[in-house]
Amino acid sequence: MTAVLTLDDVTRVHGDGPTAVHALRGVDLQVDAGELVAVMGQSGSGKSTLLTCAGGLDTPTSGEVSIEGTPLSTLRRPELAALRRRSVGYVFQDFNLIPGLTAAENVALPLELDGAKMRAARSLALAALDSVGVLDLADRFPDDMSGGQQQRVAIARAVVGDRRLILADEPTGALDSETGEAVLRLLRDRVDAGAAGVLVTHEARHAAWADRVVFLRDGRVTDSTRSPSAPEELLDSGVQA
Amino acid sequence: MSVRQSLLALLDLQPMYGYQLRSEFESRTGATWPLNIGQVYTTLGRLQRDGLVVVHGDDEAGHTTYAITDLGREQVRQWFVTPVGREAPPRDELAIKLALAVSVPGVDVHAVVQTQRTATVQALQEYTRLKHRAGDGAEAESGELAWLLVLDALVFQAEAEVRWLDHCESRLLRASRRRTAQVAPPVAPTPAAQRPAARR
Repeated sequence: MTAVLTLDDVTRVHGDGPTAVHALRGVDLQVDAGELVAVMGQSGSGKSTLLTCAGGLDTPTSGEVSIEGTPLSTLRRPELAALRRRSVGYVFQDFNLIPGLTAAENVALPLELDGAKMRAARSLALAALDSVGVLDLADRFPDDMSGGQQQRVAIARAVVGDRRLILADEPTGALDSETGEAVLRLLRDRVDAGAAGVLVTHEARHAAWADRVVFLRDGRVTDSTRSPSAPEELLDSGVQA
Repeated sequence: MSVRQSLLALLDLQPMYGYQLRSEFESRTGATWPLNIGQVYTTLGRLQRDGLVVVHGDDEAGHTTYAITDLGREQVRQWFVTPVGREAPPRDELAIKLALAVSVPGVDVHAVVQTQRTATVQALQEYTRLKHRAGDGAEAESGELAWLLVLDALVFQAEAEVRWLDHCESRLLRASRRRTAQVAPPVAPTPAAQRPAARR
């Protein structure tokens, strides 16, 4: 397995002195290609800080974050920004699509920011929209789409081009149960196709789509679970009603 | 689990024999609750005694088939329109275990909660993997749809258990901090005062 994301003894402290808040305390985490890891924990446990550090949007106070073998601390600011654009895709609870751009333009934007020609970027954007089943929405604006459709477009934006790391922060928080499940199936499929994913959630039902669930409390990993390879075993002896 | 009403509902489709009933029941529920064939025949005997089914005859292979009566049909109809009662909740081993863990000295209740939560989330992962494999149900046959609904039930029950365990953990932490605060002096706490207070 190839590690796409590595957190090595990552600590993040906000502020200093007696009012300092330890958001993360010595977190180790590795996410391989084709692996989806869910991070669970209650409010204030450090879930979102972990995600922002993992994506290079925040800098650890100590420890190291590496993406595809590159330690982020060794990069200058423009290099870090370029790595974020090329390697990391984000999916947020409130979609974060730009209202004045169509679905295709939203998905193409990170490629164009990275220097791709408009036509090439649109072509890749259409392919990404097709892969999440919303090619027919390419020329629609976000306001003309349902929440589930917007989140599919956001996932297309997260995976467009050759991005290997998807970071999702409560991606189903604004969706009804069935639409949320469709989004998680999609995320799962993208990871199965070779990406690495980190899914932050406080809902166990959503975390269960991951290969591994990591529990955070007060900034520390308290436990983790891995799914066995043969789920039928659970049902073989009958489930207690 | 209502084997009696389930068998009646299946017989409402067509006359069947015992093994056939078991197989139909298990295919609709993904064999989640396996039925003992002895249980099927015992239940059929009771249904016959109560006038809800009658012996229909023997099929070509010599199996004795059973058919539903009008009274049986009425019971099926009543079953589907009556909510499942929650007046006498089934015995919950986990709730009993935690209730005892907090009241028996020397038990690490946090470890009990954490161990259970890890196991329950793992079960949840397994159910979800089965769901992923079964598809989204949009084009499912009725048997597959029934299986997806059973999986959904298992998923939501496990999720509820995890949420309850999270809630228990928060409550335990709050209680522990309150006890610590009660025994700690206002300034410069000593190591002894930092330990949780003795249980009642």
